[in-house]
Amino acid sequence: MQIEFAVNDKKVTVEAGIDELLADTLRDYGMLSIRKGCDTSCCGLCTVWLDGKPILSCSVLSFRANGKSITTIEGVQREAEEFAKILAAEGADQCGFCSPGFIMTVLAMKNELKNPSDEEIRHYLTGNLCRCTGYMGHLRAVKKYLGVV
Amino acid sequence: MNIVGKGISKVDGIAIATGKPVYTDDLVMSNALVVKILRSPYAFARIKSIDISKAEKLEGVECILTYKDVPNIRFTSAGQSYPEPSPYDRLILDEIVRYVGDEVAVIAAVDEKTALKAMKLIKAEYEIFEPVLNFEEAEGHKTIVHPEEDLHCNFDIGMKKDKNIVSSQKVEIGDVEEELKKCHVVVEETCYTQAQAHAMMETYRAFSYLDHTGRLVVVSSTQIPFHVRRKLSRALQLPSGKIRVIKPRIGGGFGGKQTAVAEIFPAIVTLKTGMPAKIVYERKETFYCSNSRHAMRLKVRLGADREGYIRAIDIQGLSDTGAYGEHASTVFAVAGSKTLPLYNKTKAVRFMGNVVYTNKMPAGALRGYGATQGTFALESAVNKLAEELKMDPAEIRLKNLIKEGETCLTFDGNLLGSSSLHSCIEKGKALIGWNEKYPRREAGSNKVRAVGMAVTMQGSGIAGIDTASAEVRLNDDGNFTLLIGATDMGTGCDTILAQMAAEVLEVSMESIIVNAADTDVSPYDPGSYASSTTYVTGMAVVNAAEELKKQIMRNGARLLEVSPEEVEYDGKNVRTIEGDKAISLEKLAELLVLGAGKLQLVGNATYASPVSPPPFVAGFAEVEVDKETGKVELLDYVAVVDCGTVINPNLARIQVEGGIVQGIGMAMFEDVRYDERGNLQTNSFMQYKIPCRKDIGNITVAFEESFEPTGPFGAKSIGEVVINTPSPAIAHAVYNAVGVRITSLPVTPEKVFMGMRKAGV
Repeated sequence: MQIEFAVNDKKVTVEAGIDELLADTLRDYGMLSIRKGCDTSCCGLCTVWLDGKPILSCSVLSFRANGKSITTIEGVQREAEEFAKILAAEGADQCGFCSPGFIMTVLAMKNELKNPSDEEIRHYLTGNLCRCTGYMGHLRAVKKYLGVV
Repeated sequence: MNIVGKGISKVDGIAIATGKPVYTDDLVMSNALVVKILRSPYAFARIKSIDISKAEKLEGVECILTYKDVPNIRFTSAGQSYPEPSPYDRLILDEIVRYVGDEVAVIAAVDEKTALKAMKLIKAEYEIFEPVLNFEEAEGHKTIVHPEEDLHCNFDIGMKKDKNIVSSQKVEIGDVEEELKKCHVVVEETCYTQAQAHAMMETYRAFSYLDHTGRLVVVSSTQIPFHVRRKLSRALQLPSGKIRVIKPRIGGGFGGKQTAVAEIFPAIVTLKTGMPAKIVYERKETFYCSNSRHAMRLKVRLGADREGYIRAIDIQGLSDTGAYGEHASTVFAVAGSKTLPLYNKTKAVRFMGNVVYTNKMPAGALRGYGATQGTFALESAVNKLAEELKMDPAEIRLKNLIKEGETCLTFDGNLLGSSSLHSCIEKGKALIGWNEKYPRREAGSNKVRAVGMAVTMQGSGIAGIDTASAEVRLNDDGNFTLLIGATDMGTGCDTILAQMAAEVLEVSMESIIVNAADTDVSPYDPGSYASSTTYVTGMAVVNAAEELKKQIMRNGARLLEVSPEEVEYDGKNVRTIEGDKAISLEKLAELLVLGAGKLQLVGNATYASPVSPPPFVAGFAEVEVDKETGKVELLDYVAVVDCGTVINPNLARIQVEGGIVQGIGMAMFEDVRYDERGNLQTNSFMQYKIPCRKDIGNITVAFEESFEPTGPFGAKSIGEVVINTPSPAIAHAVYNAVGVRITSLPVTPEKVFMGMRKAGV
């Protein structure tokens, strides 16, 4: 079936199977930051924004995005890089495979929470797994980014 | 030092963090065939018949391979230096399948959907055998996992395959039984560690194609490009010169990618079809069809005299390697070799036992490589001994641990070159508040808080075996290319090795271009494993850079028409000491590649160390236990680390925090369960829980630097040692809280609850 949506503010029409997942459609479309890490909707790697809200693109059928607006990290490179510099300065980028999904959630959190506590930050980001960093460096970077040291 | 010791950001950090297409699956050509594997539903069976005729006819299917289509040559997937200690006990596809998930057929089609459809059309009939699932029953079981005659060992590892024993080992120095008899107190503890999963975020994946000269190129998410090339050469019976292996960015490895899990399947498809082919493991496949930590049973006996000196250590072990013997003998040996040296007031030590085959997923290398298992057992026993002796657990360690300049029974007379472990313990005690918190405090209704501790060591590379080469080239524009075969899997070795080169050459990080790793281009390196990269490859880089620096000064002097003793170099210019003449690095570089009779400068070095200096960690846990439910909450973890000189404090700190959290997962959450037919039940993140950011409490990391005389700038390793202390320290804290001694990992609320009920707490 044909799906029309906006990807990073660009209107596109793509062909997708009726049972196709948004993560696969977006990756096929060329958004190579989209990765599937678990196949069970629990790792957060494939996080994108659907009409501005973070979602797991592996858990949304592509046709559900018809007529909607998708943002991937490719569409917010300036903001992503601003945070990535802080993350890298902490050494907390490590393998980087979970970073695009993680950063999309961090950027969404910045819009949603004002002056969050450590617990609120951990809670908001809890669906983004990382096996390398041990999360503490993420927390330090997020707090620096939000200015809530 | 200007660059070493600085918390410089990773050279690849911004690209990987912002989602640039730099990983294996991002680089695949669009016409690559998709490879899928039909896997055995049985733990032990023979394929009686396999009918692929319907599947082959499906439009879009390019190639289906069964055991009839592969070379009849056994090999090992374990990434180790040649001659590999792991037995050659695999075929690419075998008539016998040895665990649920073992490969039965390889399917390649134009897309994933077609490949999966074809898989369903393959009809396989099996003769089902009784599997060996319990590793404690494997020795002498009537089922023999590897009955084949052509199984090959490169050298004697103590294999008795008719008894399912892959390796039988015994190291004894002194007479352990005699010394134990003389001891005032003897404690015994039998510990079980589980088959932990690596759970790296990027699952196993590789793709392959034939290049313009017909050579096989394999791009793989691997820690071991050179070993992969050797394995492919043997398994495919293809000359090594016809194979090129390239490592792009890697999404985590943790030792899993020290085994060549996936590369062979696209490679054989490419050879059969001439077409590019890729394989991407699903998460479930990664859980049940790759490799894991070796599950072990370790019985420790410790004897101490009246003064509290540990005089005898006996460790008797049994290790489960699963269906194939990857890393079987070496992981087991490390459980002894990286624990026995810790306590050097001993008069006798022994480490012995067997590694057995079972019909489960093969085990392999996982961060810690046996030391993790050994540390849980030994440190649990030391904590028990301290209690018997009514000594503080920190005191017994301070009294018994090896110090810098000392030796121990298993060191063969060699002296410990560096250690600050005693100050690590003192600092850790202060950071956790040991004196105030040990052993426990009530914390309101039904809650109790307690602390526990453990220490550990690892190695830095494999002494005398891990051999790395490095090249540093002065480019025509005055910049440098650092060529290495080490494999940055997120750890940051491209960055810290560049820091070392920049430090020696007195230039900025921007002047160093790092190239790694490609078997056609990179100098030989076994790959990044065994805690070798900072220490072994690091020394190769330092030596190569120093060699190049000498060449720069020599050539600068020649062009300035003075003797080499009359010049100095500051990273920008070669100038005479008197200051009257100078030539810039750029000009020198240009002149060296321009015109007849010139020679571009390359510094190279190959390095192996005769010793493997141990890094150390003192780990401290504070937990809160709910006495009604057994729920354990980790409040604080303190890790104080001696990794010698810290090359990059930010990256080192994250290595520690990441390792501690992976250790916390092993200690508290990561349960591995098989059903009675050999199906892995914990095969997704829904069943196999790795820590999320709400599970870990607060983690405090500190460094107590020592100076390792044989290491680059005094550095030792850090990658593995950091995973070892959480299991024994957390189990100790739980014991101190509620008196329940958990000796079988993980420490789950159920075990704590049942333990409390049994003890009537």
